Amino acid sequence: MANLIVIAEQRDGELRETSLESIAALKAIKQADDQLAVAIVAADPQAHAGALSVDGVDEVIAIKATDDFQPDLIEAVIVELAKERKPSVIAVAHGVDAWSFAPAAAVKLDCGLATDVLGLKIEDGELVATRAGYAEKVLVDVDFPGKETVLLTIRTNVFEPAEGSGSPKVTEMDPPEADVATTHEGWKPPADAGGIDIGGAEFILSIGRGVGDESNVEQYLELAESMGATLGCSRPIADNGWLPKARQVGQSGQLAANCKLYIAMGVSGSVQHQWGMKHVDTIVAVNTDPEASIFSIARYGIVGDMFEIAEELENHF
Amino acid sequence: MKILVTVKQVAALDDEFEMRDDGRDVDEDFFEEDLNEFDHYSVEEALLIKEAAGDDAEVVIVTVGDEDTDDALRTALAKGADRGIRVWDDSLADADGVAIARVLAKVVEREQPDMVFTGAQSSDFGSAVTGMALAGLMGWPHAAVVCALEYSPGDNTATLRRELEGGLEEIMTIRCPAVLSIQLGINEPRYASLRGIKQAKQKPVDELTLDDLGLSADSIAPASRVRRMYAPEKGQAELITGSAAEQASRLAEIIKELRGM
Repeated sequence: MANLIVIAEQRDGELRETSLESIAALKAIKQADDQLAVAIVAADPQAHAGALSVDGVDEVIAIKATDDFQPDLIEAVIVELAKERKPSVIAVAHGVDAWSFAPAAAVKLDCGLATDVLGLKIEDGELVATRAGYAEKVLVDVDFPGKETVLLTIRTNVFEPAEGSGSPKVTEMDPPEADVATTHEGWKPPADAGGIDIGGAEFILSIGRGVGDESNVEQYLELAESMGATLGCSRPIADNGWLPKARQVGQSGQLAANCKLYIAMGVSGSVQHQWGMKHVDTIVAVNTDPEASIFSIARYGIVGDMFEIAEELENHF
Repeated sequence: MKILVTVKQVAALDDEFEMRDDGRDVDEDFFEEDLNEFDHYSVEEALLIKEAAGDDAEVVIVTVGDEDTDDALRTALAKGADRGIRVWDDSLADADGVAIARVLAKVVEREQPDMVFTGAQSSDFGSAVTGMALAGLMGWPHAAVVCALEYSPGDNTATLRRELEGGLEEIMTIRCPAVLSIQLGINEPRYASLRGIKQAKQKPVDELTLDDLGLSADSIAPASRVRRMYAPEKGQAELITGSAAEQASRLAEIIKELRGM
């Protein structure tokens, strides 16, 4: 029997759905006699127990502390749970919060660690995690020789959130002592979108680094308008201030939640950008690099120059 | 006052590439190497703090890599950093972020900086491990994906914003010294001037071995091992071929069909 533990996450008191994806990831490798526990640190952890009581979960560990994100506290929780329960795997979503605490917790435990994991399998009885490398152009299988416990951060939007109802027992655990070095001071909400609605748009023309220079952006605004599309962009374009953040598609920007057709021009397709495209029906990729990872998720691909294609496209609208 | 910035020379792959004979990495003949994109921002942030504080502040760049990675170090020095440290030992060839962090922890102990900045992740493997693992080893306060920072040398705390999902940001204060991983867009990184590039060649770079840091090959254990590396299965993209005019014409058809135009 092995113990598997998921660290669920809440933000400002709201459970993050990615917690259910982490549960699904471990459910996929769970053996018949394994025990899957889900730990939640919150001001009112019991309030989340119901949502975490999905099929496959044997126990919810409720740790009453604060809704503020404190990496030092979460690390102390992970260390305590690992010492008490000797789990074979601890999993948490590869969200921005985990970026802060997962590597620090792993070195405190001297356990195995793989981040941004998009696949798990057992080979000859050994846990093997798959992640991507070289800007998503290769996959890497890693293992953890000699490690009794392995901490994994699970790429979001890969595993379908676990569902179905289970009847786990709920255990209360006192928060461990932690030397907390951070203080939550408040939130800065996303900037006003100024009428730009990436989330609502059904047709998006998106431009990336391939656009090259700010002076080239205008022609794509015009092309988008003539085709009836909303212009979107990847992160570098927004960071450079060439287009407002409200047009940025991706994890730190907007989710194209209602998009039927997405034309990506000069976008290489980073994981973060692809996150924003997860609901898109049809993706068309235009890129000079035939190995660009955007082609791996596209329905149609054009290996070519975005400027030539855009110029020719104008003649049709 | 001293800020230590850890940097990495990363590899991008050529359009076509082949695996190494042992199947555990890409053949390095197909690498295009450069300073990690995120590190331009962490170096810039350190330089901005130094410039605001006056000349008694020092920015030290550290990298773990063989002599080829001197380029990344010199790039950062050419922007205005004061000196560099490069640590290498052949036993580090298979090092992961945790193993690198174990080396960097010894450098931090030796240098006693007031702050440590890293890039939020590396643009080759994107593990986002090294910086926060370093903080864990040191027992230092830490925050990842910092997109705004208010800090002056000597301050006991810094105020920062963490960039979260969906454009939301969290405002946080943190005790110093701390390890912060710096996100793209926090500033506008400068380019090195010709003069800076010339000066960088004269700046001191300490070349250290594991021995110099009191580390043995056993004490830099990684947290994972690469079993194999391979190209993913090709997606199902239907390639539209022909001249640009032909490609655009087919694309226009697809758009009109799907949009009911």
